[in-house]
Amino acid sequence: MYILAEISTLAVIIFAVFVGFVLFLSFYLGSKAKSSSGYFAAGGQIHWCVNGISFAGDYLSAASFLGICGMIATMGYDGFLYSIGYLAGWIVALFVVAEPMKKLGKYTFTDALDSKYNSKGIQLIAAISTLVVSVFYLIPQMVGAGALVTPLLGFPHWIGVSMVGIIVITIVATAGMASTTYVQFLKGSLLIVFSIILVICTLNRGFTTEPKVGGIEDFYKYKSIEASITDGKVTPADSSYSVTKEAHEKTKDGKKGKTFLKMEKDGIQGWWLALEKDGVVTLEETQWVTTNSDATKIINGAPESEENQLRPVGNCEKILGKSGDEVKQGSVGIFEFLSIMASKDTIVRRWGTMPGAGLEGIDEDTKIYYPIYSAGNEIMRPGQKFKVQGTPLQKLNFISLMLALFCGTAALPHILIRYYTVPSPACARKSTIVAIGSIGLFYILTLFMGLGAMTNCVINLESSNMSAPLLAKSFGTFLFAVISAVAFATVLGTVSGLIVASSGAIAHDFMDRFMAIKMEDKQKVWAGKLAAFAVGIVAIILGIAFKGMNVSFLVGWAFAVAASANLPAIIMMLFWKKTTAKGIIASVLVGMVSALTIILLSPSMFERYGLPKADAVIPLDNPGIISIPLSFIALVIVSLMTQKKD
Amino acid sequence: MLHEPAAQSKSDPASGFKVSLGAWMFLFYAIIYIGFVAINVSKPVLMEKIVFLGLNLAVVYGFGLIIFAMILALIYNALCTAKEKELEGKE
Repeated sequence: MYILAEISTLAVIIFAVFVGFVLFLSFYLGSKAKSSSGYFAAGGQIHWCVNGISFAGDYLSAASFLGICGMIATMGYDGFLYSIGYLAGWIVALFVVAEPMKKLGKYTFTDALDSKYNSKGIQLIAAISTLVVSVFYLIPQMVGAGALVTPLLGFPHWIGVSMVGIIVITIVATAGMASTTYVQFLKGSLLIVFSIILVICTLNRGFTTEPKVGGIEDFYKYKSIEASITDGKVTPADSSYSVTKEAHEKTKDGKKGKTFLKMEKDGIQGWWLALEKDGVVTLEETQWVTTNSDATKIINGAPESEENQLRPVGNCEKILGKSGDEVKQGSVGIFEFLSIMASKDTIVRRWGTMPGAGLEGIDEDTKIYYPIYSAGNEIMRPGQKFKVQGTPLQKLNFISLMLALFCGTAALPHILIRYYTVPSPACARKSTIVAIGSIGLFYILTLFMGLGAMTNCVINLESSNMSAPLLAKSFGTFLFAVISAVAFATVLGTVSGLIVASSGAIAHDFMDRFMAIKMEDKQKVWAGKLAAFAVGIVAIILGIAFKGMNVSFLVGWAFAVAASANLPAIIMMLFWKKTTAKGIIASVLVGMVSALTIILLSPSMFERYGLPKADAVIPLDNPGIISIPLSFIALVIVSLMTQKKD
Repeated sequence: MLHEPAAQSKSDPASGFKVSLGAWMFLFYAIIYIGFVAINVSKPVLMEKIVFLGLNLAVVYGFGLIIFAMILALIYNALCTAKEKELEGKE
């Protein structure tokens, strides 16, 4: 059996060296940065090229590396839509926001927003908005940290999250933006270089219908047996199997759902999926986990152990209509790789999840992972996750997400504060261009890494977030160790930026400006460090609570809140002369509250609460399409109502 | 407390040109992005169509949006830098 949690000494050493170097750098820079300008904005003296790569380090978060690759690995092209939306958002940042933000601000996004008004209301509401967006963004980073550390070091999720929290608090509390910048520069560079190496390895390996499981063990051939249906009852053709249980998917509106059979042969039980195609019925072998009342688990019919874990999955059943030895061996080119994947004659075995609660006729706490056969032409266009061919509401959800991704980047506080670390507006512009180049290159690579994971039998059924590092593992321990260390650095870099942004919101916007607490420069730095510590603790708690959710999906929410709360105010402040302080306050408040309300009442959150998704008060998962226009409308109405009389 | 930027910068006579150029380029890119979303929602099957080198429309349009953003960014920088040099010292 494949051992998922195999711990590599090399991985641990590389990981420890990297973390040690990052901490050394932080303490070294910390001994130099003593002023609040140094702490919050690295003295405004970072070179634009370093800042550009640091932008990439800041932006290419766990959502990008772990979440997008994981979503492409399980859902195909739909995951790549995040790459497109995230990159497109930089156009807004470059053309609309970069130089004005640099000219107007000092340390934080609130400074720029408030530059024309000196309003206590703006200082307070923008500080709150910064905190809310940063916390929403922090959650997926911490979830990603936990997902990484488990296979790398063998620790449980909560220890991984706590480790990241403690290291990041140390980085930020020592040297603030200076250490954060260099951690991000290092991480951004390494991430792009090693992603290129991983893609080259993937293309060099080419295609096979029988990849080694996890890159280690021989391919596991899942069984498929003929069956028949009589009076709605499924019977296997092979009489050596005896059916012990039959379970049907619970569906709405009387639609026919999936049927699963529990069958026994030679004393071993297993769940099988009944598939009917062109009048032919087959039973397909699944993987499954039953959790007993004493929390022990049965996996695929045997007790859970180090050896008995769920097998990694993901492979092509047919490649251009061929399988086994008929498939062309050897490396493939960039275009050839994508064209093979997009062919209708390429069939991929993906996997779906069916919780026991979704089935009738099953009383145990069982989760079944079942095969889905998808043609390449369907995988390589939208539709697997985002139901673009579905109901108008499903289409609206998709439009809403793409809108939030486009508008969210230029409104993320931890991205905006990076404009204050360079000496001039021209440097802000140039660093944004370096960011677009490096981030764009990385996002193109995500499609290859995700599809590589999809077809190389490396996907962990319980969490897609580790797909890219596990793809690296299939090429050997060294690449896995380095990629995992880089992925961990990815989390460190982004979380550091978020905590600097949050500590700026508390210490600079709220304490210094809104409450006007008299503080010496050194005291401001201390206030920032204490705020960083508090936000770090909150991040640890949330990272543990949200274990298991796809990190890219969670980041989509952070973008929606940022785009709704901040972007309308930034754009109108820059381009509409009638904008007033009260208009900005109303815009941030309405955008933030409406986005949060829709998220908290959405189907995905209802599922998180343990309630049926169908009972969600608001059927939308992505709030942007409603909350962004609402924020603009609020600003216009309130600004017009509060014009100064001549 | 004083509320000046972290690093002081000179006055920028090219500012108006850059704002206007940025707004137009943003609109141009936004239209192409909207086109991508519109095709996905209205005719998703069209995205399967092979365009060239065996690549389908989804991949070509998706890569195109990323690469086009890079090209636009370089053009924007070149035009802004040229204008900054042209107007240097005029204000």
